[in-house]
Amino acid sequence: MSKISHHLPDSVLAAYATGSLPYAYAMVAAAHVSMCAECRAVYEAHQCVGGLVLDDMEGMAVSQNTRSQLMDSLDLEAPPEAPAPRAFGVYPAPVAELLGGAGPRWRKVGGGVRQQILHYDDVGSIRLLSIPPGRAVPDHSHGGLELTLVLQGSFSDETGQFGRGDVEVGDPDLEHTPTAGEEGPCICLAATDAPLRFRSLVPRLIQPLLRI
Amino acid sequence: MLAVRDARDKQAFGALFDHFGPRLKAFVMRGGTGPELAEEVVQEVMLSVWRKAHQFDPTRAQVSGWIYQITRNCQIDKLRREKRPLPEMIEEEADSGPDAGDVLGLEQESAQLKRALHRLNPEQREMIEKAYLGDLSHTEIRKITGLPLGTIKSRIRLGLERLRHELKSMREI
Repeated sequence: MSKISHHLPDSVLAAYATGSLPYAYAMVAAAHVSMCAECRAVYEAHQCVGGLVLDDMEGMAVSQNTRSQLMDSLDLEAPPEAPAPRAFGVYPAPVAELLGGAGPRWRKVGGGVRQQILHYDDVGSIRLLSIPPGRAVPDHSHGGLELTLVLQGSFSDETGQFGRGDVEVGDPDLEHTPTAGEEGPCICLAATDAPLRFRSLVPRLIQPLLRI
Repeated sequence: MLAVRDARDKQAFGALFDHFGPRLKAFVMRGGTGPELAEEVVQEVMLSVWRKAHQFDPTRAQVSGWIYQITRNCQIDKLRREKRPLPEMIEEEADSGPDAGDVLGLEQESAQLKRALHRLNPEQREMIEKAYLGDLSHTEIRKITGLPLGTIKSRIRLGLERLRHELKSMREI
């Protein structure tokens, strides 16, 4: 847990705490914060600022009716609380919850790389990637911000080495070829706000089919 | 808040409501919600405060910050109709009670942060408010010059470390 050396930037944690991070990025942020005490502290610090802003608000009168209804409902039995999601294997709680308590249902995407798309909408996508040891993900760049969190094994690219818990922040200028470490398959959680653009023709042709 | 958490004290909860209810209503209405719906949100948030009180840890959060988070979760789940991804909880299971020094420390740090907020010029202040109300996109947030979060960050980290340490020693028993 203490070995994490690539963290989320403060602005991403702030956006996560204020709730303005699109779903796909928020999922990576939730997963990273689950694994990284350092970033959890920053995230909770931002919540504290949010609280100060709330506390500084000039209040608006709330009706007596609302107050008494609330006070009356305190004795009502609360609906049973869903148990707090737990980690499953290498998958931190928020990811495990999305997987529904089972392992990923991998699909081959070529070159031995496998993926499962976890969520896909018009503002972004989030998926799990599994890269065989020593293999590279095709050279690609991306339209917007890309967040990649390592859940198992490691990868390296032009910018450095990333192990479990590390997160790589790729901006649109980053063109990189992540290669998995030799120690075993590398599993990553990756979020983008735009489809990945592969530089060579073949991946580009099959891209629409793969929805990546 | 601790009386609410530990003694389920309704009178204390009433006082908490009288403080935060009107602020919450203003907060929610600033986001463009009408007064009726805003009161519904206030009710829902405060009921969560009552029901989730056992999760409140005064060594890691101020009451206002904790309520802020519940409010944003509630607003997001309602507005976007998607479940907001939340980090894995690290819940204090030991009935050891919070360390008074840690609690006081966090209070002092947030008071400092509050003073820092008040020293900002009106324009900066407005940007911060907008950001924490959820009115700025993540790319806009990137442009805001950061608040001096340093001290409060290390204070919260202390709380986390203490908790981790406790959980570890519990496991070793």
